[in-house]
Amino acid sequence: MTTRMFGSAIRRREDPRLITGSALYTDDMTLPGMLHAAMLRSPYAHARIRSIDASAALEAEGVVAVYTSADAEGELNPVPCAWLLPNSGLVVADYPSLAKDTVRYVGDIVAVVVAETRYQAYDALDLIDVDYDPLPAVTSPEQAAQPDAPQLHENVPGNQAFHWTLTGGDVEAAFANADVVLHEHIVQQRLIPNAMETRATLAHYIQASGELTVWNTTQNPHILRFVSSAVTGVPEDRLRVIAPEVGGGFGSKIAAYPADFITMLCSKKLGRPVKWAETRSENYQATTHGRDHVQEVELAATKDGKITGLRAKVWSGMGAYLSLAAPGIPTILHGLMLSGVYDIPAIQEDVYGIHTNTTPVEAYRGAGRPEATFMLECLVDRLAKELGLDPAEVRRRNFIPAFDNGHPVVTGLTYDSGNYQGALDKLLDKAGYQDLRRQQAEARENGRYLGLGLATYVEICGLGPSQVAGAIGFQGGLWESAIVRFHPSGKVHVFIGASPHGQGEETTFAQIISSELGVSPDDVKVVHGDTDNTPMGWGTYGSRTTAVGGAALAVTARKIRDKAKIIAAHLLEAAVEDMDYEDGKFFVKGSPDQAKTIQEVALMANVAWNMPAGVEAGLEASTFYDPPNFVYPFGAHLAVVEVDPETGQVDLQRYVCVDDCGPQINPMIVEGQVHGGVVQGVGQALWEGAVYDEDGQLLTGAMLDYAIPRADRLPNIEVHSTVTPSPHHPLGVKGIGEAGTIASTVAVYNAVMDAVAPLGVQRIAMPFTPERVWRAIQDAKEA
Amino acid sequence: MKVQLTINGRRFDREVEPRQLLVHFLRDLGGLTGTKVGCDTSQCGACTVLLDGVAVKSCTCLTVQADGCQVTTVEGLSRDGKLHPLQEAFWNKHGLQCGYCTPGMILASHELLRTNPDPSEPEIRHALEGNMCRCTGYQNIVRSVKEAAKTMAGGSQ
Amino acid sequence: MFPAKFDYVRADSAADVGRLLAEHDDAKLLAGGHSLIPILKLRLAAPATLIDIGRIPELKGVSVEGGALRIGALTTHAELASSDDIRRQAPALAEAAAQIGDPAVRNRGTIGGNVAHADPASDLPAVLTALGATFHMTGPDGSRAVPAESFFEGMMMTALQDNELLTAVEVPCQAEGQASAYSKLPHPASRYAVIGAAVRLTVAEGRCTEARVVLGGLTPIPTRALAVEQALTGKPLDDRTLQAASAATADGLGDDLLGDIYASAEYRKAVAHVYVRRALAAAAGRLA
Repeated sequence: MTTRMFGSAIRRREDPRLITGSALYTDDMTLPGMLHAAMLRSPYAHARIRSIDASAALEAEGVVAVYTSADAEGELNPVPCAWLLPNSGLVVADYPSLAKDTVRYVGDIVAVVVAETRYQAYDALDLIDVDYDPLPAVTSPEQAAQPDAPQLHENVPGNQAFHWTLTGGDVEAAFANADVVLHEHIVQQRLIPNAMETRATLAHYIQASGELTVWNTTQNPHILRFVSSAVTGVPEDRLRVIAPEVGGGFGSKIAAYPADFITMLCSKKLGRPVKWAETRSENYQATTHGRDHVQEVELAATKDGKITGLRAKVWSGMGAYLSLAAPGIPTILHGLMLSGVYDIPAIQEDVYGIHTNTTPVEAYRGAGRPEATFMLECLVDRLAKELGLDPAEVRRRNFIPAFDNGHPVVTGLTYDSGNYQGALDKLLDKAGYQDLRRQQAEARENGRYLGLGLATYVEICGLGPSQVAGAIGFQGGLWESAIVRFHPSGKVHVFIGASPHGQGEETTFAQIISSELGVSPDDVKVVHGDTDNTPMGWGTYGSRTTAVGGAALAVTARKIRDKAKIIAAHLLEAAVEDMDYEDGKFFVKGSPDQAKTIQEVALMANVAWNMPAGVEAGLEASTFYDPPNFVYPFGAHLAVVEVDPETGQVDLQRYVCVDDCGPQINPMIVEGQVHGGVVQGVGQALWEGAVYDEDGQLLTGAMLDYAIPRADRLPNIEVHSTVTPSPHHPLGVKGIGEAGTIASTVAVYNAVMDAVAPLGVQRIAMPFTPERVWRAIQDAKEA
Repeated sequence: MKVQLTINGRRFDREVEPRQLLVHFLRDLGGLTGTKVGCDTSQCGACTVLLDGVAVKSCTCLTVQADGCQVTTVEGLSRDGKLHPLQEAFWNKHGLQCGYCTPGMILASHELLRTNPDPSEPEIRHALEGNMCRCTGYQNIVRSVKEAAKTMAGGSQ
Repeated sequence: MFPAKFDYVRADSAADVGRLLAEHDDAKLLAGGHSLIPILKLRLAAPATLIDIGRIPELKGVSVEGGALRIGALTTHAELASSDDIRRQAPALAEAAAQIGDPAVRNRGTIGGNVAHADPASDLPAVLTALGATFHMTGPDGSRAVPAESFFEGMMMTALQDNELLTAVEVPCQAEGQASAYSKLPHPASRYAVIGAAVRLTVAEGRCTEARVVLGGLTPIPTRALAVEQALTGKPLDDRTLQAASAATADGLGDDLLGDIYASAEYRKAVAHVYVRRALAAAAGRLA
């Protein structure tokens, strides 16, 4: 039996603890003497704080301490922004953990209560008396950019945190010579990530030694340590961050947050463990949101349907403060992807990062790429309608032809490999596209409104080459690391710097080891999430864990194999050049019986009784892998909807997709990522949207109001794939975590617009609530 | 107030505040952290447990209301180290990713199979409408419940 | 979220409830808790005392007595949805109960708690009004019965006094030639009714002799669509009649309509007729 498990749909190694309730998430942790923190958050979107009176709270039962900004003076540095976009006039406004004299969004922290129990901590919140002087607030990025808008930060005039521009090719000429120019005004509504586990921190500071241990719901423990050290002043060697089990992130657990630092401060001051876990309402108010773009976009094309230019202006809401990676999302991850799967000769974009009196915005699954894909794909569909062509045909006329080793686009990127027409062809075939079009025509004759929506996409992931990271202002590297250690019994520990939280790398990484080194995945334990026992790494986001961390692991495994071969040769008294390796066995060429297994070699390497001269004991290797390029997964999706014109209800009837993430390590896990990703994007199209009122109150403040997809409103997702390896990844693999989300929102959008096209509807804002669809139909009737 | 609950067959006699939610009794006093809290408003279902054999949201039940009752949590599903067919099926069919919704999802599925041992796919989807998952898109959860139903029916069909 | 402190007492009988209500100021009754506990958690209410009525045997059970269903106040939504008597005698009630919240919510939430809370977005008030239900309550001055149409007084306001206990809901059994149905536009997050349409039709000799059409969700209290009822009465229940009658839905709804960020009052008013038509069609189908 082979132990090469690459490509097998094996069950996940992380599941036994999860299905039995034995996994420990941050809020499941309890330490002796542990206290509980609760944050007092501003009920105003914008106000001056006149005074805070905590005397009654301090008297309350069980209360140990109440701290405000004065107590953090000299103890907590501002919350940093780590993506300092160059050549954009970026200004980073002061972002204190505890608001000093001004609150800038509903949820800004004003005080913290520490008490013996969580109930007592929340009781005491009600007893703190804060005198606010409300100020005018603004919540839309477009409005906040107007000259008369309320100003959030003194040093950020016009609320403009940055203005980033991208120009490639001759855009003026493209538009001047165009046969067709189409214009769209798109609102990428603000979304709430809704990881099922809300955020939490448990901090334990030992005053005697100055050591701080932090358990946190983070996607990137090493970044959190780096940043926490900078904010709290606790040196990195005394600061240990542990991401225990983490219940989903989707980008919302990338940032290091004020509440985390405040919890650390409480423990530091009190010398006792302090735990804070947010409620869901608090999560909605204060854990980062996603999207929030207002886009003005124009497309130039010939009468044959060839796209010749794209021009866009984007007002990107940043929220009240710049979250850790926020400036990079609407720019690097969005603007640079505006050529999509097409050869567009001229592209220009202006992105304005604008502060509003709202929750800070960060990465949210797809992060920038769904917003780019949406822009392009809805315009491509518009172009098809304008020219009377099928949307699949317009795409065919513009696709970049298949390539397997690099294709430059006008935004400056070089895609690694792609076959966009191949993916679309497979999709049309699997979906029975022509039949669906016939069904649609029949349905229309019977007064039923079926719609088909295509989306073809390419995404940038596997962030990324560190030199590029530096050039684009990211205040870190983007390599990943791995240590592989063989024990005497031949069992393996893998230590990685990335920090999976549901994606299944404890399994897929064991599969990589199994295929590279011939051990059973059951004999491999993948360790992650603890800065004290894993090598530095930049974390799990942007579909990078397998794309970069997986590469680090493959390279490391090959180093092990090289060393093991030398030891095996020595044991077999053969020359290294005469050795062959297959499936966990080293043997003399032509004599497969003269062999040593990797386990035998591991034993010898560890006992080291008989090692080749000059070879160190141990069978262990490590790699810091800095990728030479990003990876570019791609695919084609189709949504089929029916719209009830009487009520405006949209029914998603079918969803078919073809995704290409290169060779699949575990197809079951790939399929699961696609399911979840697609459904999240469907959520944006049909149900989700954070809504603020004019005063900056979050009207969708609880799960009672904000609708995330539920089981009963969804069809099965039909998942297919093509395989185009990345030329530069040691395993050829790309990434699959975000693909579904990147494609599905606009696929559903295009399907709905296709359904209502005969009714004369041009555009509808997302999410497609029945009322919005109904209203668009009414307006079209009247027009 | 003094209460007595039997959780997964083990008796707990404790003094609690009347305001304490059952989920906090389970997690904080019972040491059974498998039951999760995912929302404030009885939407997400992460806290689903069986109260006298019937699925309830333990975040919307006071401990004092459960006084004298039997509670089953995810920790009580496997017997003698052998996984419950639902647990086994969620594992086989990749019915979970981050695992946070899983205990509630499994117990809600338990409720479904109690009342409908051979559910259709739409019936499964309908029965799980009160349990939210942000990772799986539900598809593999539905597959898991189907497989469990088959196993529990004795592998017939 | 975490409720503020309160005292807790458990009542053993309906009489006990009266005594406890008299003894405790600022007390609230707790049944299944699915309306009350969320409010306590959000600290939108902080009563001094909760009187738990959840274990009182006389408030439980569904029975058929003298041509009517007698539904104990503690009957859960799950029991409403699955009771053979209710499915037979008041199908719209079973149908609506099956659409409340989700299975776990239905296992705890009770009919008594639901109607006493009188959330306009709740499903049961409209259905019980369409079915001509009567609410039984006891208080210091004895017992009384209030018909549904007088019970719901305003948004979250009912005829039930602070010192009274709702004991049972009485629903007339479905007569010969009668059918009922419920159709709803649920909120995608809360599952409450954005629009709920409950109907009960009575037919004799192929013609509608009585129609009760009641809307919930979009009005502060269940509201009869009198114009629809009139347009149905005396007519055969064919598609054309149902279509024409339901088109009159908006006429009697008045101006006091509810709207929110999900669905405005204007939208609800404009499309309510669709849900009325669907409910009528379902009921008419049951008569065919």
